[in-house]
Amino acid sequence: MIPTSEPTARLRPGEGAIARLACLVLQPVLTRVVRRVAARHPSLFARLGPHQATDFLIDPVELPFALHLRPDPQALVFRAVPRDTAPQVGATIRGRFLLLLELIDAEQDGDAAFFSRDLEISGDTEAVVRLRNALDDIDGSLAEEASAMFGTPGRTVLARLRRAYPDATKPREYA
Amino acid sequence: MSLAELICPAGTPAALRTAVDAGADAVYCGFQDATNARNFPGLNFTPDELAEAVTYAHARGTKVLLALNTYPPAGKVDLWRHAADTGARLGVDAFIVADMGVADYIARMYPGVRLHLSVQAAASSPEAIRYYCENFSVKRVVLPRILTIPEIRQIRREIPCEIETFIFGNHGLMVEGRCSLTNYLTGQSTNMDGVCSPASDVEYVRDADGSMSSQLAGFTIDRFGPEEKAGYPTICKGRYAAPHRPEGYYAFEEPISLNLSRLLPELIEAGVHAFKIEGRQRSKSYVRGVVRAFRAAVDDIKAGREANIADLIALTEGQKQTQGAFETKKWR
Ligand code: SF4
Repeated sequence: MIPTSEPTARLRPGEGAIARLACLVLQPVLTRVVRRVAARHPSLFARLGPHQATDFLIDPVELPFALHLRPDPQALVFRAVPRDTAPQVGATIRGRFLLLLELIDAEQDGDAAFFSRDLEISGDTEAVVRLRNALDDIDGSLAEEASAMFGTPGRTVLARLRRAYPDATKPREYA
Repeated sequence: MSLAELICPAGTPAALRTAVDAGADAVYCGFQDATNARNFPGLNFTPDELAEAVTYAHARGTKVLLALNTYPPAGKVDLWRHAADTGARLGVDAFIVADMGVADYIARMYPGVRLHLSVQAAASSPEAIRYYCENFSVKRVVLPRILTIPEIRQIRREIPCEIETFIFGNHGLMVEGRCSLTNYLTGQSTNMDGVCSPASDVEYVRDADGSMSSQLAGFTIDRFGPEEKAGYPTICKGRYAAPHRPEGYYAFEEPISLNLSRLLPELIEAGVHAFKIEGRQRSKSYVRGVVRAFRAAVDDIKAGREANIADLIALTEGQKQTQGAFETKKWR
């Protein structure tokens, strides 16, 4: 895969150390989550087609780290990476953390978030479109699924996150 | 009063279930190939997925319409015929077609399945529509988005089939089914390959000042300032510099969506049988929001109540909406 998208490195003082610690703590959680999602939703990979091998950087702007995803069913990668050491990737998806979570859960419309400029994509547009369509074909909430894996503590963390960002997490009903 | 059926988009099986649950009277979808005009990466149905979708929809009283609305290149009709065979075997309720050869094949092979004439056929006169009705037993025409309501009312009197109009979503302006702008830049044809502005040719470039350029096959289509709302990278909605407008201007149309919610009562009264919501490429969230809003509005009108249509501006392209030609021919 030819790298086309540069990671952003905009660190504040001390952020590098915090980011590295957060990544270390998060990694076992991310690994479990991505394996579970892959096992429960195998149809996701068919929609990704050739972009199973693409490296994505999911960049939640207000967090001190980004997420590196390679949705290859044979060698899944989902890891938190400090921005200053993020790999070069095929495509980058950037936005507020809870917006990204809502997009994954189909509570928000990706095109609408793009029109409003809340969502920014760069690199291989086809890869992003495939990932979006693959995730949108999943019924239910991946966030709920992932939090439920960790029992009460998991659900509590998700509920806290949603309370911290009430506007972003409220299911966006247009009707 | 017309039936006022709501025809709703489904790009994936999950979106189809969402549309059905939100109150669609019919859903329209396509296969994962060039036989339909939303041949986008990762979108659409395999035959097995369509079989399950038909079962799900029919169990809830919702019809499934299969879009076969692209034009086969000369001598390459097998893909379209095979798709029609598969759709008929799976029990779809209608085919949406544009090409006369495809219409002829279905009319001869599957006379029991309804044929709807796609907007891609660009049939906008009573003569053209009658031709399709007489030769291929077309039961419904999806009208191009270039007609006013009085014109639709007049056409209704002069044709023997039902009328469907778009009511919400993307607002393309070229003669439907004839636009070659994408072909010119990318070599891929909207009308034969089923894709306008293929994602593989699109790139978004962020500039240092926070502006964003959208590019198609290396050509800049538009450049949005840091706070400016954005649109799709379609050539018809590009902003171009020209000798007489060096500052750049929208030469054809600006990023904007069609929203006819306020004209709904008038359209029903004019005899429009069905209303199409555009957006198979959009998410379940869009489908849920738009279908629910129009379901409530149509039900209100049918019950003699005033329709209180929800605000859908957040889902529109460029966060702008228009009633286009339906309101006046002078919209541009
Ligand atoms: S360029 Fe515009 S009018 Fe032409 S096919 Fe694409 S969306 Fe339609």
